[in-house]
Amino acid sequence: MKKKISHIFLFFFILQLGCAQDNPPIIETPTKINYSYKIVVDGIDIPWGMAFINVDEFLVTEQSGILYYVNKGQKREVNGLPKVYFRGQGGLLDVALHPNFSENKIIYMTLGANTEGDKKGGNTSLYCAVLNGTQLSEVKLLYKAIPNTKTSQHWGSRIVFDQKGHVYFGIGDRGERDVNPQDITRDGGKIYRLNLDGSIPKDNPFVKKSGAKTAIFSYGHRNPQGMTIHPITGQIWEHEHGPRGGDEINILKKGANYGWPEITYGINYSGTVITNKTSAPNMVQPFYYWIPSIAPTGMTFLTSNIYKSWKDNLFVGSLKFQYLERLVIENEKVVKREKILDNIGRVRNVVEGPDGYLYVSVEGKGILKIIPNK
Amino acid sequence: MKLLLMFYFLGMSFFGYFLAPQKSKAESIKNGSEIYHDFCYRCHGINGVGQDDLIPPLKSSDYLMNNIDLSIAGLKYGLKGKITVNGIVYDSYMAYQGLDNDEIADVMNYILNQWENINEGFITAQQVEKIPKSILEK
Repeated sequence: MKKKISHIFLFFFILQLGCAQDNPPIIETPTKINYSYKIVVDGIDIPWGMAFINVDEFLVTEQSGILYYVNKGQKREVNGLPKVYFRGQGGLLDVALHPNFSENKIIYMTLGANTEGDKKGGNTSLYCAVLNGTQLSEVKLLYKAIPNTKTSQHWGSRIVFDQKGHVYFGIGDRGERDVNPQDITRDGGKIYRLNLDGSIPKDNPFVKKSGAKTAIFSYGHRNPQGMTIHPITGQIWEHEHGPRGGDEINILKKGANYGWPEITYGINYSGTVITNKTSAPNMVQPFYYWIPSIAPTGMTFLTSNIYKSWKDNLFVGSLKFQYLERLVIENEKVVKREKILDNIGRVRNVVEGPDGYLYVSVEGKGILKIIPNK
Repeated sequence: MKLLLMFYFLGMSFFGYFLAPQKSKAESIKNGSEIYHDFCYRCHGINGVGQDDLIPPLKSSDYLMNNIDLSIAGLKYGLKGKITVNGIVYDSYMAYQGLDNDEIADVMNYILNQWENINEGFITAQQVEKIPKSILEK
């Protein structure tokens, strides 16, 4: 009998070794589902980024390099795009409207690019252009990360704006974690801030550091694929893919170091340790971290009252577990996590439309609209 | 003289094409391993076992071993819709990754000869080149 008990202990001990401790709150699967969904546009394999012009009209990027203009569910390809370098996780990524789009028709895009004409791969870039109907003109390169590389990984990238005339976008570490994220003289593993015309803001944190990439706003990031502005505080919320475990939500501060790969709650995919440190002086702790990793993409706060009790919640797509996650935040803590659209497919993005509904993009399916039951 | 030079270069390029040493299977597998550990392992796993009922295994996968052309087409064009692997139905979208034909050949040779998978054949870029998108639509 004693032997049996010790075997059971041994079994659990080994189990413990095999998987890191899940970080609470544990994800819940609701027993009652009070919503359905409808597909508003289909036939887009990887709908990566999405930007609403109004309730009927929006733009969607397809990662392989197509920009769609959608009007009442009908999609048409936009012409005049810059050349997209598509490989692995790169390609045509996010799209966003200039804060004054209704007057100037300017859009912003992040995409994998090779503007140098070398055969060395690509890196993430930020472009702007003027959109007239389905035609782009005045295409302008605002930022291009260097060097080019053929690695598939970690291009970022989302685009957001503050109220003070800045555009923010992220670039992942491009698979060079020991070289890029902690070095402010190199691109990769950073969030960048530019003026809307692409110039460098005079009060960017590293403008006076010699050799630094002066567009940097914050650093020590791994692969940011979610960014949104908090509707009340105006702060920029970002999330990024961790390695195995340790996906993070961060609230961005100017000049701050978010620690990758010096500190992390994750381990290598192979199970080996990256670092034992989860905190360090002068490195910012995440607001929340996911263990196990959900592979987060896209993020929005819900400001509307359309869905009973979902107002002010944070919504994040899970590529890995193929659902939309609803996070309830109270007193600056995540207190509840719940699966929405369980098993829907690889979720790429989530935004709140001008009508207050949640629109979710799913690989191989298209854009879905979540509709509450009456 | 000009003509002679032209013939000379034409001849040399012909020789070059036919005499150029082909990549060995071992080399192809080695390149394929690098591609696998950059593009594929996050979903299919370092041990090729996939992920629950969301991502199918490559190790001992009847779909892979019995449908090599379809698997190549999946890498070349993306794979959408339901497939059955070892009796389990999977319905996740696998995107085209932007890999060149020779890279697809390399990663195929790797997964066909890893984790106790054995394939006597040798996939070449020329073979990948010939596979049309239409075979996915049957």
